[in-house]
Amino acid sequence: MPDYKSLNDLVSQVRRDILRMVHKVNSGHPGGSLGCTEFIVSLYYEVMELGTNFDMNGKDEDLFFLSNGHISPVLYSVLARKGYFPIEELKTFRHINSRLQGHPTTHEGLPGVRIASGSLGQGLSVAIGAALSKKLNKDKNTVFALLGDGELQEGQNWEAIMFASGKKVDNLIATIDLNGKQIDGKTDDVMPMGNIATKFKAFGWEVIELKEGNNLEAVIKTLQLAKKKIGNGRPIVIIMQTEMGNGVDYMMHTHAWHGKAPNDELLAKALDQNPETLGDY
Amino acid sequence: MKIYTDSGAVDTRSGFGVGLAELGRSNPDVIALCADLVGSLKMQEFIDENPNRFIQVGIAEANMMGIAAGLTIGGKIPYTGTFANFSTGRVYDQIRQSIAYSGKNVKICASHAGVTLGEDGATHQILEDIGLMKMLPGMTVINPCDFNQTKAATIAIAEYEGPVYLRFGRPKVANFTTDELGFKIGKGIVLNPGDDVTIAATGHLVWEALLAAEQLESEGIAAEVINIHTIKPLDEALILESVLKTGAIVTAEEHNYIGGLGESISGVLSKNHPTPQEYVATQDTFGESGTPIQLMEKYGLNKNAIISASKRVLARK
Repeated sequence: MPDYKSLNDLVSQVRRDILRMVHKVNSGHPGGSLGCTEFIVSLYYEVMELGTNFDMNGKDEDLFFLSNGHISPVLYSVLARKGYFPIEELKTFRHINSRLQGHPTTHEGLPGVRIASGSLGQGLSVAIGAALSKKLNKDKNTVFALLGDGELQEGQNWEAIMFASGKKVDNLIATIDLNGKQIDGKTDDVMPMGNIATKFKAFGWEVIELKEGNNLEAVIKTLQLAKKKIGNGRPIVIIMQTEMGNGVDYMMHTHAWHGKAPNDELLAKALDQNPETLGDY
Repeated sequence: MKIYTDSGAVDTRSGFGVGLAELGRSNPDVIALCADLVGSLKMQEFIDENPNRFIQVGIAEANMMGIAAGLTIGGKIPYTGTFANFSTGRVYDQIRQSIAYSGKNVKICASHAGVTLGEDGATHQILEDIGLMKMLPGMTVINPCDFNQTKAATIAIAEYEGPVYLRFGRPKVANFTTDELGFKIGKGIVLNPGDDVTIAATGHLVWEALLAAEQLESEGIAAEVINIHTIKPLDEALILESVLKTGAIVTAEEHNYIGGLGESISGVLSKNHPTPQEYVATQDTFGESGTPIQLMEKYGLNKNAIISASKRVLARK
């Protein structure tokens, strides 16, 4: 049974990290980061089997690939809180000479990151490659990937989606962050994509729909359910409905905070809604 | 005494196929990927011997590059195979972000480069790929000249840790390099010594350069022919040593003069030892349908073009 009190404290602290990181450098992507906080916390604290030390090859541990790299603040915060690198380093986000680049990269050697992402649509292919590598190595662990919903407009994803089912990549769990928003507005207005779950089903994936993507308990249970389904000949996708900007009232129900940092006043308001629990960096 | 002998015409892509098959036997980490061009890339022998280490991706090159990047996580050495056009221009951003910037140990193996692809025409005849690939930080770019060298390069890059672009072609051309000459990434090979003019050639133009040197010799001009198989990192020392002696250089490649070997060499010369240079390369143009021999003649990529360029550059000394 997960310790929900501790996990909720962590979620609150991660939200504070995200908000303070983007505020300090007056840039970055708080909306999607806040919307996926419960998901990333659940993955790293409850679902994935992780090695004790970071190793690029990641043998005999679960792997995670962030395809929508712009939500780097939530990944950096959780990696730091999990001990991959010093929490203090979060203050260098997007600054010169930092390992915490605007979008995640292996280039500066940040522990916890295995691929650069940011140019959208590439992460699922990489995750498939890593999953195939695990099969070749007779490694029974699982590969996870997170993709944005707007990102599905990139054609490479559909090459990857076709491949994963056609070639039975069944040690892979992809999650789609279905927040219905992208930079220019609602996904339905920018590029209507129809029913994404139906599309994945048509491509032969095992589809799990998660309506409460910001409910920690629901997220953990869904991820655990997905993990039970691996090895059945089909790749698995979780279609996870989230609220962009979740946890900060004025950032919710709008796409305005996709890639914009709050000013001093709005930061204070946002932090008031997310109490300090584990100590700010 | 010539250090090269033509042992008969063979395609460089077959050198890749044989090299890959050898790797299949010697290196269990090598994984081959292909985007629906197994026959063209001569990959069947590897596949027959290692069916579990071959991944058919279908006509989806972007996905292939991403999967290759992912395979390196876990220690695999992926070799991707498709035409040069689809190995570079079509998937530039995938290579840039998931392979080059991410520092992944992927070997991008590209056949049918240049106009010698022939009758399929310009849609398939990429003449910009060396430029695209050499501009990526950390990318090694290799364009071997014959069957033996392509085979040697295919095997050598498995031992090198980092992304590599390996470029070869379709037509049957003279197979003239020997094991004794050796193959070392980044080390050029002097195939014919001479004092009057340097000819630095890569890929299919190396044999043409040797033919040109033979004719020039009969006219009393001693051409030093250097085989530059590795365009990046470039063997700057060997080139400078040669031009210090000859004072003139012709560069020869089956590629646009913008972005190619000639451009890389001119950069080295302008910084270290400005030297008259003539380019045997395509002149900022697309190709067209035709036989390889017709196209090399029309686009100025053969022995005759190298002889003319050599005389032009000698006049500028």
